[in-house]
Amino acid sequence: MIELKHITKVFKTGKSDVKALDDVSLTVEKGEIFGVIGYSGAGKSTLVRMANLLEEPTSGDVIIDSDNLVTLSKEALRKKRQRIGMIFQGFNLLKTLTVYQNIAIPLKLTGVAENEIKTRVKKYLEIVGLSDKTDVYPNQLSGGQKQRVAIARALSHEPDILLSDEATSALDPDTTDQILELLLKINRELGITILLITHEMHVIQRICDRVAVMENGKIIEQGPVVDLYTEPKHQTTRRFVESIFPSQTPKHIIKDLQKEGPILDLTFVGSATESPSLSVISNRYQIETNILSGNIVELKDQTFGKLRAHIKGSVQETTKSIDYLTDQGVIVREVVIHDGIY
Amino acid sequence: MTAFIERWGTTIIEATLATFQMVTISLFFSILIGLPLGVLLVISRTNGKRYIWLYRVLNIVINTIRSVPFIILLFALLPFTRAIVGTSMGVRGVIVPLVIFTAPYLARLMESSLLEVDQGVIEAYQAMGIKPLHIIWHVMIREAKSSIILGITIAVIGLIGATAMAGLVGAGGLGDVAYRFGHVRYQPEVMYVTIVILIILIQGIQTLGNVLSQKAKKD
Repeated sequence: MIELKHITKVFKTGKSDVKALDDVSLTVEKGEIFGVIGYSGAGKSTLVRMANLLEEPTSGDVIIDSDNLVTLSKEALRKKRQRIGMIFQGFNLLKTLTVYQNIAIPLKLTGVAENEIKTRVKKYLEIVGLSDKTDVYPNQLSGGQKQRVAIARALSHEPDILLSDEATSALDPDTTDQILELLLKINRELGITILLITHEMHVIQRICDRVAVMENGKIIEQGPVVDLYTEPKHQTTRRFVESIFPSQTPKHIIKDLQKEGPILDLTFVGSATESPSLSVISNRYQIETNILSGNIVELKDQTFGKLRAHIKGSVQETTKSIDYLTDQGVIVREVVIHDGIY
Repeated sequence: MTAFIERWGTTIIEATLATFQMVTISLFFSILIGLPLGVLLVISRTNGKRYIWLYRVLNIVINTIRSVPFIILLFALLPFTRAIVGTSMGVRGVIVPLVIFTAPYLARLMESSLLEVDQGVIEAYQAMGIKPLHIIWHVMIREAKSSIILGITIAVIGLIGATAMAGLVGAGGLGDVAYRFGHVRYQPEVMYVTIVILIILIQGIQTLGNVLSQKAKKD
C-alpha cells in the first residue's frame, strides 16, 4: 500500500547540510495501522510527509498503490493526493469557515457534486460524533473536537490511506484516547490504512499493528508491536517501552533483596497475562514471592503485562520456579545491576 | 454661516467629490495590482529557494518606488503618465501616479497580512490535492481577509493624504482647496472646514474598516 524505498532527505541550511532521513525503507500493508515513533528531531515528521510528497526526497522512491509519486506529473500527484488523507498536530482548519464549510469547501474544490457534498459532510460528521456542531466556527471548539473535524475533513474525500502527523500530541490524555479510539474505528470499519507518527509509546500501544523506531534519520528497529514490547533490541526502543512501564526500583533495595534470591522481570503476553503463575509457584515450591512493580496494558489486540518480582528461596527452588514460569509462556529476565544501569 | 455656505459650499462639495473620485479610482487599480503583488511576494518568499530570485526583484522594485515621496513621484512620472492616459493634468493625470504610489504600499500591507496565514492550513490543502490558485483564493486571501481589510483601510487613508497634492497638476480635491484658498489667499475658515471634513472622513473610514474587519474575522 505504502512503500518507502531508500529515502534520503538532505536539508541544505546555509553551509551545513542536515540529513533528516538516511536511507529509510518501510512498507505499510493494506488495512494496517503502522506507527513510527521517535524523539523530536528523529526525522519522523519528514518521513510521514514523504508519503504524500509534501516533502520531496533527495533520493529514493515513494510508491503508493504501484504509483511512484516521485515520477508523477504535478497534475497526477494532485489527483493522487486526493486519495490520501492527512491530519496534523495543529488541526489546520480554516478559522473563518464553519465546521460544515471546513469539510464542504475542499470537497467542492476537488470537484465533488453539490448534493454529494451534503451527504458526505453529514455522514462523516456523524462518524466523528459532531453532527450537532455543523454551523460552529473552529474557535468555539475544544482541541479534541477540532481534531474530529479535521478527521471528518480527511475522511470526506474517502481516501484509502490516512496519514497522521502527531495528531494527538496537542491533546490531553483523555482526549487522546478518544481520538485513538476513533482512528481505530476508522481503520476497522472503513478499512483505511493508517500511517502515523508519534513520540508517545501510548499511541503505538493502543492502536498500532506494527511499529518502526526512528533515531537520527534512521529506522533502528521495526516489527510487530508485541515483539518490540517483549524483546526490544535497541536502547532507544527499551526507553520507549519503559515509558509505559516505569519500573525503577531503588538500587539499594535490589542489592539487599538479591542476597536472598533473584529479582525477575516477567513479561506476559496474551493468555499468560490471565494465569496466576506467581501464586502457583509460591504454592508449589519452597519460595516466597514479593511483587516490586507491575502493570498490564492493552495492546491493539493483545494484552501485555510486565511484573518485577523478588523470588526468595534457595537456588534450587528458585531455578525450578523460573523453569515453571518459562513453561507457562512467561518471558523471564533476571535483573542485574552493572555499572549503575539495570 | 449662511454666507460662508453660499460662498464656499459648491467649491467644497465639488472638492470633496473630486477627492472621492480620485481615491475610489486609484484604490480600485491599486488593489488590482497590489493584492496579486502581495500574493506573489508571499509565495516567492515562502516556497524555499525556487522563487527567491523573484522575491528579491520585487523587493527591490517596491522599495525603490516607495523611497520616492509622492510629490516628487508626481512630477517624475509626468512623461510616463502622459504616455499612458494621454494627459498629465486633471483627475485623469493624477490617477497614474496615485496608483503607482499606492500599489506597492498596498502590496507590502497585503504581504504582511498574508504572512499571518497559518502555513499548516495551506499545507493541509496541498495535501488534499487542491489547485494552487484555489489555495491562494480560498485559503490565503480568505483567512487573511480581516487583516487585508485593515490594510486597505490604511492604504485609503494614505491615498487621501496623497490626493492633497493632486491640486499641483490641477486635479482639485479637498487638499487643493485648503491650500489654494486657505493658505495662498489666506482664508483660514476655508482651511478649517476642509480639515474638519477630512477628520470626519478619516474617522469614518477607519471605523468602517474596523467594523468590516471584525465581521470578516468570524470567531
